[in-house]
Amino acid sequence: MLDKPKDMINQVRELTYAEAIREAMGQAMEADPTVFILGEDIGTYGGAFGVTGDLIHRFGAERVIDTPIAELGIAGAAVGAALTGMRPILELQFSDFVTLAAEQIVNQAAKIRFMFGGKASVPLVVRMPSGSGTGAAAQHSQSLEAWFGHIPGLKVVQPSTPYDAKGLLLAAIDDPNPVLFFEHKLLYKMKGAVPIEPYRITIGQAVVRRAGTDVTIVGTSIMAVRALAAAEQLAAQGIEAEVIDLRSIRPMDTETIFRSVRKTSRLIVVYEGVKTLGVGAEISAAVAESDAFDFLDAPIMRLGGQEVPLPYNPVLEKAAVPQEDDIVAAALNLLRKDRR
Amino acid sequence: MSSSVEALRPNQRPELANLSDDTILESYRAMKLIRRFEERAEESYMRGFIHGTMHLSIGQEASAVGVVVALRASDTLTSTHRGHGHSIAKGADPALMFAEFFGKQTGYCGGRGGSMHIADVESGNLGANGIVGGGLPIAVGAALSAKMRKSDQVCVCFFGDGASNEGAFHEALNMASIWRLPVVFVCENNKYGMSMDIARSSAVPDIAQRAVSYAMPGISVDGNDVAAVRAVAETAIARARAGEGPSLIECKTYRIRGHSKSDRNFYRTKEEIEEWRGRCPIERLRNEVLGLGRLSADRFDAIDAAIEVEMEVAIEFAKASPNPDPARLTEDVYA
Ligand SMILES: Cc1ncc(C[n+]2csc(CCOP(=O)(O)OP(=O)(O)O)c2C)c(N)n1
Ligand SMILES: [Mg+2]
Repeated sequence: MLDKPKDMINQVRELTYAEAIREAMGQAMEADPTVFILGEDIGTYGGAFGVTGDLIHRFGAERVIDTPIAELGIAGAAVGAALTGMRPILELQFSDFVTLAAEQIVNQAAKIRFMFGGKASVPLVVRMPSGSGTGAAAQHSQSLEAWFGHIPGLKVVQPSTPYDAKGLLLAAIDDPNPVLFFEHKLLYKMKGAVPIEPYRITIGQAVVRRAGTDVTIVGTSIMAVRALAAAEQLAAQGIEAEVIDLRSIRPMDTETIFRSVRKTSRLIVVYEGVKTLGVGAEISAAVAESDAFDFLDAPIMRLGGQEVPLPYNPVLEKAAVPQEDDIVAAALNLLRKDRR
Repeated sequence: MSSSVEALRPNQRPELANLSDDTILESYRAMKLIRRFEERAEESYMRGFIHGTMHLSIGQEASAVGVVVALRASDTLTSTHRGHGHSIAKGADPALMFAEFFGKQTGYCGGRGGSMHIADVESGNLGANGIVGGGLPIAVGAALSAKMRKSDQVCVCFFGDGASNEGAFHEALNMASIWRLPVVFVCENNKYGMSMDIARSSAVPDIAQRAVSYAMPGISVDGNDVAAVRAVAETAIARARAGEGPSLIECKTYRIRGHSKSDRNFYRTKEEIEEWRGRCPIERLRNEVLGLGRLSADRFDAIDAAIEVEMEVAIEFAKASPNPDPARLTEDVYA
């Protein structure tokens, strides 16, 4: 049940999340000459968060392309290149700037295959740092993944570990269709075991990070990490939480969630995007529409971002998104209600 | 009138001869205030009082001051992520800016915005902007509004060389031109958009050349010469106010510090930075004026001393100010 890399013997070492992403890009570029990266300050600067790092020195400026500041233009250029035989990886400097590129992603990339009668495809990956916690305020801290999860024709993934970051990125690059790859800024320095060899993680598969019997906690991105830490706190109080890292929000692995809910009878969904009309609403509705609903012993609980633009002040910023202690409190609350 | 002033000061270049002693001292004071504000902000950052990042305009003070000091108090401006100078030149209170940087309730945005979002709409500062190019269409809207309200307000729109590659730049200039709006576009060309040299990011070497496509005057000026910036700004502002439409001014300048606090400067040379350090707009004004014997050094020294005191008081105010109350997090959220 627990997801352990199968080929972990010998060739595994510790990498940061950022290094794992860089390694995936490097291996994809070595293996396939059509793979290239474009984005702002990804060359000599190495990327705003240092993710592309030395790739410019390994692959040259023709395959690691520093672009002008023109998000709509570079997204469109990536779509056009993808439509005609290349496999572009577009880095947007912050995921907030996807709002400027949205036309090409939503109206073009997502629709081309269907609209053209299945006779074309857009093998495009859009990588972008998202999330709050760095004091970057309202225009540099959003979690907009749910917007794109609403669009048929886009796959949306959110890795939360270095292992997943590499495996999901390699799968995204292989994918013949557009994949939006939301990285979390606070995870870039997180270390974890990553095999040297290339490997792929199927897009659309959740993973059970911790088995438990009392409550299911589904988290996305950094919230999966916080949920796991919260589960340890809960265990100390005699509560066994099952933690699911959703990994992809489109396609969404609802089956893994249903299976868990049938076992635990309680569900908490935790995500950083604004609570209303978000990932939590979709999961809650999916459970309510399924046979897992009959197993519920308590109302489903959503923990999402507050209904505010992200504030600058660090205390406010923390208060605006779920923290580990909020998850613990929610679980205790849910179980207490349940006992009454 | 200006030619008679020139006649009064025949040994001076016209840009400087045209400036009164008061304007020279006001411009010097504004530039020095911006410089010291940013140096003190940098120091506060090192000491851990500031969370997040900051974009410093050290070395670029003349473009902010040359343009903004030529405005009327009722005029408006849109600023950028590198906007401390624009705000201070427009009259922002450094104490409220420090308070904002420190995330305090008393800051311009109540601690919610930080360095990248300083705004004071009442005084005509329509805001710094975290989105490159974000202010360009907003300036067009402010100028449209001024025209519709039949006010004689002018809007100055600051943006960088990098921003001029965004679609928003082209859309904004075209609209401003077809509607003959009272807006002055000021490109602060500091040679780089983050690590991207303008030679690699722009098809033309001078952003001013792009004005041709939008049928407006475009002029490049030495952005480290406050008197020269002021001269071209006055012409463009007068044209806008007279209902003759927009202009594009390109101030060629240089940022001495890195792009933000995390820049390692891999994309430029130490020699280049040093060369530009030698063109400090503040020292340049002071030395030129002293060299001409127009004003005595103690006038400048007195300004410097007053700024030191003002900075000290402002930082103490910011430190002593309360943090915002987390219970009021959702205040101002109406939907
Ligand atoms: C739409 C958008 N794209 C990218 C960024 C990231 N970014 C912030 S400032 C900057 C460079 C801007 O260059 P320029 O316009 O020349 O202004 P300068 O920083 O040189 O003052 C970049 C790429 C952003 N904030 N917004
Ligand atoms: Mg620039």
